Amino acid sequence: MLTETEKEQNQTSPAVEFIEVEKYFGDWGQRHKVLHRVSYTVPRGKTTVIAGGSGQGKSVTLKLVLGLLKPDSGQILVDGQDVTRLGRKKLRNLRMKFGVLFQGAALFDSLSVFENIALPLRERTRCTEEEIQEKIAKTLETLELTGHEKKFPAQLSGGMKKRVGLARALQLDPEIVLFDEPTTGLDPVMTQEIYDLFQQTQQRLGYTAIIVSHDIPHVFDLADQIVLLNRGEVDVFANIAQIKDSTKPHIREFAEMTLGSLFKG
Amino acid sequence: MEFSLQKSKTTFLTTFLFHLGDRCLYLLADVGRMGIFLFAVLAGLFKRPFRGRELLKQLHFIGGGSITVVFFTALSSGMVLGLQGVYTLQKFGADGMLGSGVALTLIMELGPILTALMVAGRAGSAICAEIGIMRISEQIDALECMAVDPFRYLITPKFLAAIISVPLLTAMFDVVGIYGGYLAGVKLLGVSSGSFLNGMMSSVTNHEIQLGLIKSFVFAFLLVWISTGRGYFVLQIRGAGFGAESVSKVTTQAVVLSSISVLIFDYLLTAVLL
Repeated sequence: MLTETEKEQNQTSPAVEFIEVEKYFGDWGQRHKVLHRVSYTVPRGKTTVIAGGSGQGKSVTLKLVLGLLKPDSGQILVDGQDVTRLGRKKLRNLRMKFGVLFQGAALFDSLSVFENIALPLRERTRCTEEEIQEKIAKTLETLELTGHEKKFPAQLSGGMKKRVGLARALQLDPEIVLFDEPTTGLDPVMTQEIYDLFQQTQQRLGYTAIIVSHDIPHVFDLADQIVLLNRGEVDVFANIAQIKDSTKPHIREFAEMTLGSLFKG
Repeated sequence: MEFSLQKSKTTFLTTFLFHLGDRCLYLLADVGRMGIFLFAVLAGLFKRPFRGRELLKQLHFIGGGSITVVFFTALSSGMVLGLQGVYTLQKFGADGMLGSGVALTLIMELGPILTALMVAGRAGSAICAEIGIMRISEQIDALECMAVDPFRYLITPKFLAAIISVPLLTAMFDVVGIYGGYLAGVKLLGVSSGSFLNGMMSSVTNHEIQLGLIKSFVFAFLLVWISTGRGYFVLQIRGAGFGAESVSKVTTQAVVLSSISVLIFDYLLTAVLL
């Protein structure tokens, strides 16, 4: 049992902490640096947006947090536990704190919408079938998916797949939710719909969010913290204004290219 | 000139050794990966909740779905054995040995081996492709992120289903094959029914049946291990490429590797157990 002081410390401590993390890919002699001695923290209950060009290690960062990839060196602390040193069983228990919305939603092709959303409840909880049906009916209503529960992923539009993916990610009331390119391939209306859903659910559930996205500058509107990845290095900002004010040449170049008129204004 | 030639020889040797070492390390890593994979799959057998419905579904797919192809392969093999047997044995006036020859060949060799090759081609390839697609579309990552053991959830039911189905299909192959031999030898070519059946019953003992059964278990184990493992590690297999191409390449690799392993183990098991 945690004491009151420990609980308070837990509330104020960062949800995720990167300490001197290094990650390389490729075979011997052709190693490609993705993250180079990266250190930053992800504040609890807030939204951190990770941005950067293609191949800069954004999705790798999410896989490192989940323990799906191991860094070459450094520590990744989730609630104070070093993901890089956890055994299979402890890692599995730690993953119960996470919800993940994958880039392509990663829905199970052979399962219906209902079965996809019910999977974490059936596998990881002792809920009865009635409780599961009740809970999913509510989720489907919130995410405007009622009537689609019997459809299979191949019968859904891109936006609907993302909504089903979000519904599945939130079933176990996660403390940390990771979004890998949540709006890629969606039109502006769908994109806004996903952002609205994100804001509603985060307000309701109070989870820590880490969003990896290309949708710049729109995604910055959701951010409490912005992490820019560039050639293995990171720069952390509180908002767009800080990016615009940065004097670092590579940040100015990034801002000019991605923020466009916003930057000039 | 001489110095340049010497230098080029050294460079060639260094490159050769580098690639040889690299290849050996890759093979070693691959064997290690497959070993750990097997351990995780076997551990999945003892984890709860057990997925009984998924096991039934896989039994239907691997076992039930292979009945037709195994039936026709068995009937054809048995009939050809009957025809060839009569043709050869009549030269020595020994066509009374037909039943014995057909039954022993089918029970000890052709039954286990052809059933395994048919299941590897039909179900092994499908299993490999299914798992490979689940891997590249991040469905297996999604399972891990939900703290669901992908081995227990996905692989173990397929493993169990193959190990149950293949020996049963082999038994069916033996029966259908022997009937095919009987049909060709007795009904078509006029060999005496009594001598066919009598020869078969006097030569087939428990030992031959056990040998066939052990072979079919081992072949089932090999083909499902290789098929599931290749699909699971689709992203780590060198030269497989990416996306749909990688799945098609590992699927081909799974069938080829399964078939070669079955043939090699057939010889080894026969040598040890006969």
